[in-house]
Amino acid sequence: MTLSTTSTNVNFGAVPDETGRFGPYGGKYVPETLMPALDELEEAYLNARVDKEFMAELAHLQHTYVGRPTPLTYARRLSEELGGAQIYLKREDLAHSGAHKINNALGQALLMKRKMGKTRMVAETGAGQHGVATATAAALLGIDCIVYMGTVDMERQKPNVFRMQLLGTEVRSVDSGSQTLKDAINEAIRDWVTNVETTHYLLGSALGPHPYPAMVRDFQSVIGKEAYSQMQDPAEGGPGRLPDAIVACVGGGSNAIGIFHPFLEEESVRLIGVEAGGHGIEDGAHAARFADPERGRLGVLQGTKSYVLQDGDGQIALTHSISAGLDYASVGPEHSWLRDVGRSEYTYCTDTQTLKGFSALCELEGIIPALESAHAIGYVLELAPQMAQDQVILVNLSGRGDKDLDTVMQTIGGDR
Amino acid sequence: MRGVERIEQVFRQLNKTGAAAFMPYHAMGYPTRQQSMDVIAALAEAGADLVEFGIPHSDPLADGPTVQTATYAALVGGTTVADCLQMARELRDQGVDTPFCAMSYYNPILAFGEERFAKTAAEAGIDGLIVPDLPPGESELLEPACRAVGLATVYMLAPTSTEERIKSVARHSTGFIYLVSVTGITGARDELPPGLPAFVERVRRHTDLPLAVGFGISTGPQAAKVSEMVEGVIVGSALVKAAGSEAGVDAVRTLAEQLAAGSHKALPE
Ligand SMILES: Cc1ncc(COP(=O)(O)O)c(C=O)c1O
Repeated sequence: MTLSTTSTNVNFGAVPDETGRFGPYGGKYVPETLMPALDELEEAYLNARVDKEFMAELAHLQHTYVGRPTPLTYARRLSEELGGAQIYLKREDLAHSGAHKINNALGQALLMKRKMGKTRMVAETGAGQHGVATATAAALLGIDCIVYMGTVDMERQKPNVFRMQLLGTEVRSVDSGSQTLKDAINEAIRDWVTNVETTHYLLGSALGPHPYPAMVRDFQSVIGKEAYSQMQDPAEGGPGRLPDAIVACVGGGSNAIGIFHPFLEEESVRLIGVEAGGHGIEDGAHAARFADPERGRLGVLQGTKSYVLQDGDGQIALTHSISAGLDYASVGPEHSWLRDVGRSEYTYCTDTQTLKGFSALCELEGIIPALESAHAIGYVLELAPQMAQDQVILVNLSGRGDKDLDTVMQTIGGDR
Repeated sequence: MRGVERIEQVFRQLNKTGAAAFMPYHAMGYPTRQQSMDVIAALAEAGADLVEFGIPHSDPLADGPTVQTATYAALVGGTTVADCLQMARELRDQGVDTPFCAMSYYNPILAFGEERFAKTAAEAGIDGLIVPDLPPGESELLEPACRAVGLATVYMLAPTSTEERIKSVARHSTGFIYLVSVTGITGARDELPPGLPAFVERVRRHTDLPLAVGFGISTGPQAAKVSEMVEGVIVGSALVKAAGSEAGVDAVRTLAEQLAAGSHKALPE
């Protein structure tokens, strides 16, 4: 897991190419019915990106509605306890609706409203955070919204189901397959295929067919841009320098790519993605696409080519994670590419280690993290002590943990 | 004769009689391996002109509940890509000569190896390939692999397709073009979409290839209507449902005979 020296020669701004490729990854593997919708979305997005009025409206909403910029917090007690690197938290948990997901949801909803002639949107959700963010944006902008969610996830993220309903969104349960995120995406795509003339698919991670991985990355890059200047500015709570390492959890990869992207050219900054190790790699019950050489292989799932957990016959593997938001068989194509070119590295955190990270942040910092984000903290518990005290780790604290209290209470509650 | 030539021959012969091809789909391995082979044999006997040989995938995102349920059951029953191709071989050995178009999603083919898949499929007696999540721009490996062994590469068009995409699909398709009748997923529907004739005309302007319409067709009279517009009538979910019913293969045979009669313009008035 060393940083490759080849990254200097890589042009990070050149991906994706016009066919939506990040090296061999990405692309548009969708039924023909959707191809024109993807072209239309790409056109609308490229247009919005250079439209000053659109970008100003989005920035205004981010500031006055989402509460951006989110703070940077120095985790003093956690850093002292671990005795190594100094740990800083980028507080996406403090964004309105409780996670980074709102950055993308609001961006796409505004895009649909201002640039596309569509009236209805559908989304998938795993942890429910993207669903809540989408429902929030739908309420704010007055858009009809339906969210698909696996029945397993509806059970383990109940508070978020209720939140979506309160926000006026219809939550449709998905019974097929593993009844988790992947199956919710299948169902959302089926709805989209059927209603494509009126409906926008508000995909929630840096996944899916082009232009989604690039568009979601761009909407989430606000995290990294803010952190980049906050880190260098003591008045903003930063250490006055860039971090030595950035750590983020990776489900589909949107919070990770959002914080990584503005730092790609800064070669001294290690970029570390943390996948869901579940019960461990040997056990097979995990969602660590990069850590399982036997089952994590090049594949195509839900419109994009990337690393996919699958069996020898190309059937998609069932995954497991304590966190619904990381419980997914594939990973955003840009991560696969950044890993290939040696710019980012990936590790995993098991359910058990994640709960240690969860508790540590609760008890030492007074912050209840989302179980997804607790994967990043769980890994930092191992990483920080290996680093010197004058080194700095920046963690993307992607969301807050209110939604996870049931799960955590069932797992560790008995110990209290 | 096999491969794209065999498919072309079928359409040529039907063209002389004015009938459209009856092109049923079945999910291999459903309800069981043996029963799925019996279904294919029954479809051939009932007058199928081409069979869409469904190779199950765990995540069939273009399919409705009927095909989802069937392919899921087939996978639970242990159906593999290799065994589907083996079933094609066995059907050929039994003397079933109807052209087969393998239909699967891209990932199982990618995992099998694109060249290896094309070669093994051709050797097993498969004549063409349809991959719903692989539009022309993404098939720069699979398409030449199919061409090299004589397999037809059939692409799909939808009512949403632009002129530009119609041209591209027409350029890349061999054998025939698959027109998705509605914006939607597979599954039986009561009515044919009103925009179908206009969609067919739009495609005709760009190609001389035979056109086949699928998605939503479930009855003989619907098949007859479609046969007035295009050269092929594709029926999936209705037959898959019949295969899973109590009457099983017999139900498939009865429905297939009606659909064949409709497609062949031989329904009693
Ligand atoms: C708080 C939080 N973090 C992370 C994720 C994982 O998604 P991604 O990898 O796209 O950031 C989710 C997904 O639901 C989430 O809710």
